[in-house]
Amino acid sequence: MPEVLEQIRPAPGAAPGHARADRVRAGEASRRAARDDLRAQIADLERRLAELFAAAFPRGGIDWRVGAAGGPRILGTGDLERVRDALAYRLRAAEVELGHRVEVERANRELLAEMVAAPERHRWIRISNSDIGEPGCRHWHSRPRWGILGMLLDWWRVKLSSGCPLPGCVELAEA
Amino acid sequence: MSRGGLEAGWVAPDVAAELPGLALRYAVVDRGSGRSSRALRQRLRELSDRFSGAQAINLRHQDIPHAYRVLYRHIGLDPDEQPTPVEAAVLERLEHGGFRSRSVLDDALTIATVETGVAIRAFDADRVAGAPGIRASAPGEALAGRPGELPAGTLVIADDAGPVALLFGAVAAGRDVDRATSRTLLCAVRPRTVPELAVAEAIWLAREALEAG
Repeated sequence: MPEVLEQIRPAPGAAPGHARADRVRAGEASRRAARDDLRAQIADLERRLAELFAAAFPRGGIDWRVGAAGGPRILGTGDLERVRDALAYRLRAAEVELGHRVEVERANRELLAEMVAAPERHRWIRISNSDIGEPGCRHWHSRPRWGILGMLLDWWRVKLSSGCPLPGCVELAEA
Repeated sequence: MSRGGLEAGWVAPDVAAELPGLALRYAVVDRGSGRSSRALRQRLRELSDRFSGAQAINLRHQDIPHAYRVLYRHIGLDPDEQPTPVEAAVLERLEHGGFRSRSVLDDALTIATVETGVAIRAFDADRVAGAPGIRASAPGEALAGRPGELPAGTLVIADDAGPVALLFGAVAAGRDVDRATSRTLLCAVRPRTVPELAVAEAIWLAREALEAG
């Protein structure tokens, strides 16, 4: 132990100012290393959030915004920590929301399979592509065959829509 | 400032120490902007046709667009509030069904940005004094044409005379390319993980499109 203390103690000839400067340099190097570490964490979280964003498509309504720390400028440790924490929070919130949606979509897919197998037991139910997490505008609708006659005779079927309206039709409808 | 090939801009030591690998590359082209030729507009249309919705969704976790998103986060910008140049171009493609032609310069920048993912911008070369670079603004400095002073430490693209533009932001008044411009300075900011080759390709593509008109 005395040898170690001897090494830490400044050399008899060294100026006290040099030791202070060394400590300042070491402190700055340590703070810079912390900032570099935070930047690496931010890069990793950003990549994971981007992957989740791609995986979530076509589901809408998930908030991906993290917020700006106010820039462009060199961020200090505190700001970098805030960005890192905000990204981590957003990632977690998006994962939870996506997990919840996937559960609902799985239940809807099961319901759709049951509806196709027995439409008369799922009267008037309508399931769209967005309900099962698919892109597009198709929907399945359990309806009576031949209108009121089908209702009276309990003849039901599932009708599948033809898909998204053409752009011209949308413009016409909006006009 | 050389007229020929790609030049390396400077990065202030304090900025380089915090954002290692950050670089600025530029080249000067002997022409300004103007109306796009039919061939350039056709090229933009073909680019629109090649760019699908699936590519747009996957864009942000491709290496180069991701590098810009990360740099935005590192300097306090939110790429979802202020999209990176390639994402802004792609958003426009999705909203309008195609990349819209505006001028030779805008079209050239769109082609280069979308093809490579590299953020590229342009200034009037005759109104940039010396080599451009990246630095933090000094106390009391302002961006011409904008009210008030810049907050000290704002990252700017600057020349010998002062700030030319905010890094990924507004251009100082009188430095932008306008009708009087006869020489254009094409400039790309390169984050650490973006290959030098991609930046060179982006500037080459913009230059070639600009010269072809």
